[in-house]
Amino acid sequence: MRLFIVTVLMALVTVAHAVEPDEMLDDPALEERAQEIDEQLRCVVCQSQSIAESNAPLAKDLRVLVRERLSDGDTNAQAIDYIVERYGDYVLLKPPVQPNTYFLWVFPALVLLIGGVIAVLALRRAGAAHAATPLSPDEEAALERLRQEQE
Amino acid sequence: MTKVWLLAPLGAFIAVGAFFAAGLTRDPSRIPSELIDRPLPAFDLAAIEGFDDGLSSEDLRGDVSLINVWGSWCVSCHIEHPLLMEIAERGEAPIYGLNWKDRPGDGAAWLARFGNPYLRIGDDQAGRVAIDLGVTGAPETFVVDQDLRVRYKFVGPITREAWETTLFPLIEELRRS
Repeated sequence: MRLFIVTVLMALVTVAHAVEPDEMLDDPALEERAQEIDEQLRCVVCQSQSIAESNAPLAKDLRVLVRERLSDGDTNAQAIDYIVERYGDYVLLKPPVQPNTYFLWVFPALVLLIGGVIAVLALRRAGAAHAATPLSPDEEAALERLRQEQE
Repeated sequence: MTKVWLLAPLGAFIAVGAFFAAGLTRDPSRIPSELIDRPLPAFDLAAIEGFDDGLSSEDLRGDVSLINVWGSWCVSCHIEHPLLMEIAERGEAPIYGLNWKDRPGDGAAWLARFGNPYLRIGDDQAGRVAIDLGVTGAPETFVVDQDLRVRYKFVGPITREAWETTLFPLIEELRRS
């Protein structure tokens, strides 16, 4: 039970945000959109973090830039495109679905499918093998004896 | 036939393992540049403290040149610096400096101490031009051709080997074309 509680608590922990008070926009709705974008963009310095999590100076510059674009009336997609134009698809933490990433997106499902087919076939064959083996005459006799004993 | 199938998982393991092993040999800090063969983004930066000339993208027109992104805070720039001095002294290529996110005065003090290989230097304290160039860290060096198109980006301090086998031959080839 204690383990369960700890697990649940750990799952509830949210990612710490590196966004500093002086970067935040006064408009809470706009700031919320900005943070949504921050979480989708990779920090190119510490590459396994988003710019929302990273305290690298470049991540800060990018957060300020995102807020500037939104304040100037960009949609979320336009603000993200602005940065992708400069840093490439690489800055997107979630790779876009496009011809050069089809393999990436389809591969796990494909492996699961192939594994599933193999598992089903193997289980069926194992089941069939069991059902197909009849009892030997000795076994039949032993079984008959046991039945009579029980009666 | 069944025996061959038993080897399939091993084969799959080797294939996936080889794929990952190849991936591990690649340096993750080398992100492909979006700018290659595209026009250099236009910029016009003020001079750093203590200098008269700033740096505008138009300054690079007419010759194949280098833009070197550096900062006095950047340790690898220190390592790269003697080679930049040599390149400048030999006149192999004009080098322009982008002083990235440096405090006012720090860049000039650094150059006074170690020497100045740059023809012109732009002050990018806000880091906006660096973002336009897709800079991920310092030092980074761009090769820009006569018509202001970016032709190559080198991430990290330029080594003598990289200069002699990659960068300088590329510059000479671009000059001929």
